[in-house]
Amino acid sequence: MIAPLFFYLFALMTVVSGLMVILARNPVHSVLFLILSFFNSAGLFVLLGAEFLAMLLVVVYVGAVAVLFLFVVMMLDINIDEMRQGFRQHLPLGLVVGLILIVELLMVFTQDLSTDNVLATNMSGEISNTAMIGQVLYTEYLLNFQVAGLILLVAMIGAITLTMRHREGVKRQNISEQNSRTRDETVQIVSVDSHVAPKVLDDSRAANKRLQ
Amino acid sequence: METITRFLTSPMMIELIWTVAQIFAVIVPLLIAVAYLTLAERRVIGLMQLRKGPNVVGPFGLFQPFADALKLLSKETILPSGASKAVFVIAPMLTFILSLVAWAVIPFGEGMVIADVNVGILYLFAISSLGVYGVIMAGWASNSKYPFLGAMRSAAQMISYEVSLGLVIITVIMAAGSLNLSDIVMAQKDMWFFIPLFPMFVIFFISTLAETNRAPFDLPEGESELVAGYFVEYSSMSFALFFLGEYANMILMSGMTTTLFLGGWLPPFDWPILYLIPGPIWFALKVALVLFVFLWVRATTPRYRYDQLMRLGWKIFLPFTLIFVVLTGGVLLGFGLLPQ
Repeated sequence: MIAPLFFYLFALMTVVSGLMVILARNPVHSVLFLILSFFNSAGLFVLLGAEFLAMLLVVVYVGAVAVLFLFVVMMLDINIDEMRQGFRQHLPLGLVVGLILIVELLMVFTQDLSTDNVLATNMSGEISNTAMIGQVLYTEYLLNFQVAGLILLVAMIGAITLTMRHREGVKRQNISEQNSRTRDETVQIVSVDSHVAPKVLDDSRAANKRLQ
Repeated sequence: METITRFLTSPMMIELIWTVAQIFAVIVPLLIAVAYLTLAERRVIGLMQLRKGPNVVGPFGLFQPFADALKLLSKETILPSGASKAVFVIAPMLTFILSLVAWAVIPFGEGMVIADVNVGILYLFAISSLGVYGVIMAGWASNSKYPFLGAMRSAAQMISYEVSLGLVIITVIMAAGSLNLSDIVMAQKDMWFFIPLFPMFVIFFISTLAETNRAPFDLPEGESELVAGYFVEYSSMSFALFFLGEYANMILMSGMTTTLFLGGWLPPFDWPILYLIPGPIWFALKVALVLFVFLWVRATTPRYRYDQLMRLGWKIFLPFTLIFVVLTGGVLLGFGLLPQ
């Protein structure tokens, strides 16, 4: 009795928070609702018995991706009124994207998943689903998995090369250089005649006087 | 009347009451531990700095936490006028709730765990990675400069150290051969993991310091530069919730260190006589030991500079843990030590 109750709770929360993502006026609130909907989808995964996927969803999406997302949205100074102005202009494009997504969803639902498809076989109860994913990920889907990793790596390198520039004249700390310094090359012992005031001191006194 | 008794004695209801009783049996000692951790922190740091610390309220100052709690309760709750109200109120609750829910999977003894889930360690990791939201929401909702800067620092810091934390956890999973925390503890029956995985143990501990925003990585709340960081605008009970959440998180992280590296509820040697002392007591002793190191570190180390903190996380811990994951896998496979 409890499981269906939780299903309806999670499903309702996912749909409502998904709607609130696009309805909230404040972009930061939108991102927070997005996070809530991720979280509730994780709950749905748990109810399906796919606890590994649920935890992965929380760790990767909620714990890392959405934090960076929130980070960026908070830093940007988004003017909501300005965003509303382009609504009419972007409406046709939005409708087309939405239509494509709906058609894709329908295609997924109408497809017959029962014929020799690895995804559709239910093996729960024999081994844990973590082990099951591990077994197919590095055998059946090895190539796809590696290619996905490679794409992410390329994207990361691209982002770094686009944003990293070394400006001249900026002081930087070079820790290995600091650590490799020896006492001999930095410290110098100078014998100072104690009866005569050093010239440096005079200069600084004069400078102080000028400031006053 | 009869229907009510039948309802209350139905199997579902009994199970529900039993679960709630279990939850209370974990949370009540936990909150008392949090209260006394604040006292222990002030006493330990006081003694390390050659002063006495709070010793006036009650015998040895033992009632000090309650005096503090009463003081906080009697203060006025302030909602800044520029704040985003809902988020401002939710943030401290979130921090506190997250610090409590993670305890559901921690085993205190053989079979003494609220929820013995298959992916317990991933659950812990997921919950600890959510901790950043309380901080970042508080910082943003306060609509003030210091909290915002504190939240930004904290978000970057927690994400950076989570990466190496995750890799350390992977080495432990490989050595134990399971994602279930009870199985991980049982895998340490012959040798606690902190001996073969000693470098990982050290990195894990340092990363937990960063993850809980503790000294020497307490930049998000660095009082000398950001006043108090993300909770500048909080007062009264909402401040108390942040405080409780932070200390409960410290205990949680110590519990995680104990479970992963110090053999959980197992006694230090596999002698029958040591099993006379129940598991939860061993667990509590080990957690107390790790917590003492938390306090010790705070009393003795200066605060890191922010760029040094990032360098440590990304340029030292990340490559080192990555190499160690490969090394551990290689050694386990090469010597045929892989757990079945």
